[in-house]
Amino acid sequence: MMERKIKRFTKWKFPIYLNRRQRALLSVFFAVCLLVAVGIGGTLLESRALSTSLTERNVPPSFEHPFGTDWLGRDMFARTISGLVLSIQVGLIGAASSVLIALSLGLAAATWGRTADRIISWLIDLFLSLPHLVTMILIAFVSGGGMKGVVLGVALTHWTSLARVIRAEVLQLKSAEFVQVSRRLGKSRWWVASRHIFPHLIPQLLVGLLLLFPHAILHEASITFLGLGLSPHQPAIGIILSESMRYLSTGMWWLTVLPGLALLTVVRAFDRIGDHLHLMLDPHRSQE
Amino acid sequence: MQLHWIRFLVMKILRLASLLIAVSVISFWLVSLSPVDPIQAYIGADMLRVGTEQRQAIASYWGLDLPPMERFIRWAAALLHGDLGTSMIYRQPVAEVIHERFSNSFWLMASSWILSGIIGFVSGVIAAMKKDTWVDKMITWYCYTLVSTPTFWIGLMLLIIFAVWLGWLPVGLGVPAGVLAEQVTIEDRLRHMVLPMLTLSIVGIAPIALHTRQKLIDVLTSEYVRFAIARGEQGLGLVLRHGLRNIALPAISLQFASFSELFGGAVLAEQVFSYPGLGQATVEAGLRGDVPLLLGLVLFSTLFVFIGNGLADFLYQIVDPRLRGGGRA
Amino acid sequence: MAILEVENLSVSFLRYTGMFKQQTIRVIEDLHLSINKGEMMAVVGASGSGKSLLAHAILGILPENAQMSGMIRYCGETLDPVKQAALRGREIAFVPQSVNSLDPLMRVGAQVRMTAKGKDPIAKQREVFQRYRLPENVERMYPFQLSGGMARKVLLATATVSDAQVIVADEPTSGMHVDDVKEALQQLKELTNQGCAVLLITHDVEAALETAHRVAVFFAGTIVEIAPSADFSGDGERLRHPYSRALWSALPQNKFMPISGAQPHPNEVREGCLFAEHCPLTTIDCKNKRPEMRELREGMVRCHHAT
Repeated sequence: MMERKIKRFTKWKFPIYLNRRQRALLSVFFAVCLLVAVGIGGTLLESRALSTSLTERNVPPSFEHPFGTDWLGRDMFARTISGLVLSIQVGLIGAASSVLIALSLGLAAATWGRTADRIISWLIDLFLSLPHLVTMILIAFVSGGGMKGVVLGVALTHWTSLARVIRAEVLQLKSAEFVQVSRRLGKSRWWVASRHIFPHLIPQLLVGLLLLFPHAILHEASITFLGLGLSPHQPAIGIILSESMRYLSTGMWWLTVLPGLALLTVVRAFDRIGDHLHLMLDPHRSQE
Repeated sequence: MQLHWIRFLVMKILRLASLLIAVSVISFWLVSLSPVDPIQAYIGADMLRVGTEQRQAIASYWGLDLPPMERFIRWAAALLHGDLGTSMIYRQPVAEVIHERFSNSFWLMASSWILSGIIGFVSGVIAAMKKDTWVDKMITWYCYTLVSTPTFWIGLMLLIIFAVWLGWLPVGLGVPAGVLAEQVTIEDRLRHMVLPMLTLSIVGIAPIALHTRQKLIDVLTSEYVRFAIARGEQGLGLVLRHGLRNIALPAISLQFASFSELFGGAVLAEQVFSYPGLGQATVEAGLRGDVPLLLGLVLFSTLFVFIGNGLADFLYQIVDPRLRGGGRA
Repeated sequence: MAILEVENLSVSFLRYTGMFKQQTIRVIEDLHLSINKGEMMAVVGASGSGKSLLAHAILGILPENAQMSGMIRYCGETLDPVKQAALRGREIAFVPQSVNSLDPLMRVGAQVRMTAKGKDPIAKQREVFQRYRLPENVERMYPFQLSGGMARKVLLATATVSDAQVIVADEPTSGMHVDDVKEALQQLKELTNQGCAVLLITHDVEAALETAHRVAVFFAGTIVEIAPSADFSGDGERLRHPYSRALWSALPQNKFMPISGAQPHPNEVREGCLFAEHCPLTTIDCKNKRPEMRELREGMVRCHHAT
């Protein structure tokens, strides 16, 4: 007698069987909760982040100060959370700008004719031929540093792959039969665009944004760490970490390890959401 | 056959030339828009003590008082003669600075490139072969976490653990401080290179492993592997025979395309360990407004990435018979 | 003497319906089949009805998300996944449908040689290539260089070199020119003359009837009739199941009359006979009870009313 059953994964904690998509939803839910908590925490802890206390300098992590305090007595936990919120904001603006650039150039490449397509493809190749960080350093220098430079740098380095995806999608859609039939039936370009093309593009844009966003945060932190980004007055994570370097040899490890871990967790949470969404929308792999 | 390779080389060189021209024009133009006053950056805090005449002299020495177009032409002309200008920070010809720093960075980047390539590839293959087992889950969890981690933080962690706590390895720089150049041994150099190299390697493994794993899974679920199984092939032999051949190409192309990420990672790793490489020079040039050096570095990194992609293309052509122009019967 | 027997075979898949729910879809249900040594049996039915899965189930190469139950016997011995793995490629061979089943980066000669057992794989491969009139340089070609007909012959060769006793051919002639179809099926027939059993899965009814000894009619996930191919003649009076008769009538050279309606969707769960909706002989019995496979004259049929 031959019997072959598929393996079913049951979470060891719960007796209920959850299929892969349901598990994905669960992890996305937790990720979203985490991010909301960070956001709320950021607004609540803003004042604590900046207040110094000369009596409580260089305190290792304790109940009162879960992340310890720094050389000025500032509570590191509050500082980290505010820093995260700031990095997230900058990352979001940068990522959103990047997506806009990608959308415009991708659409233009697909709909403005062969010459526009060639120019834009050449532009994409150009931007891809430099390491991201080098481009960002150049742009940061050119714009005199500060938030402007970071956002611009992030926006100008991350649009390339999304633009390619959008270009490919629109090209494919344009030549798809159902679009051509609609055109033959006399529907205007706008109608075709809004009914056929945009619904296909929106999930791609969303996924693109969600996948781009964590990278933007990481790059912002890196540039700020190098000293080319936000000014030291705004406590972004990059600043926190670069300042912590000075105190490493004195053994104040909590200035480095904990904020870094916090950044890692937040970026991971975003990545996870993006990955799961991407997997669900990819027709080849959505049935796993 | 020879003709094919000659054409390939010529096309590549032409592309490189046009790329470098475009990059130099655009970056020069960008730099000329910068609000940063190069003279100020050069002199630094002593600005107030320098008189107007002095400033004028400095400006004309560095050619900063000419209009942008002329400056560009002078620079480009010099470029074609192999003269990249003089660095304002290091007071040396830019070409020399790049050469010196690249020799430091080269070993760093090469060793971590090889290490992360090998470990990443092997982990990816193992994860795909043992899909959905705890081995696979561990490897993918590690990789996904690492992809979300800033490179410089890994460097800082390594610094804390190995240099501060354990004291096994030096805290930074390329050579021991206060030691005469002639007395620096290879061992010293290696010891100073270990931590930055580990940083780059650890981070580099993740995308390679994930990519390899996904590609191997795609191969193992493909129609031709299914038919191979139907013909009685199984186990490691099956994977080696069909799997490796078919993931070799994507693996190669990924490996060589990672030159770009490698350079970026090197910038961060060198900064953490104050390692005197190309990355650190780029940061200094950006921070202190050293335009000739910055432009030279931009061009150099373009060349670097281009060579990486070019090598990938070349290897692709060798390995894939479909690209070599075999026609249909 | 039956060399391969299939009993109660059911194959189902787990699919996501909607966003988060999973559902089991039965594609093959309670299928019975048996082939004798030296016989060629054709399995005919509409495209996309799940016939390929039958081939995959016999060989044990169903995809990961498939569930299977039932019994498969080879030479009287019940098979389990271990034994299937041992028999694959050696005693039971598979001829796939498309050239994508060949490794794109390996020369076809080398691929064919891999299935050849015995001391001299190269000689065996060359001999088979010669038999199928493939030019000498074909063995050094890559799959993308083969023309359609050559690809077909190469795929067939992978099964022939292995001296297998049972060959399962999955749509080996789909999309081929009529003459090539005849040639390919003739080659398969030759194999039966040497004692091989061939299971030919196809939707090309006419071609199948010319070469096969027996025909199994596949409908809605199961076999509804097994008949000698001679029974497919005249008005189809000798056929047992109403669907087989309808299939025979639908052919262009016969009445060319289509059957109303469509095949039942695998999602629909039905109590009674799956053909009840389209059948001219339906009674209450048909709607409530699923008919069992029974012997009738020299064939088998799954119908309450067959005579």
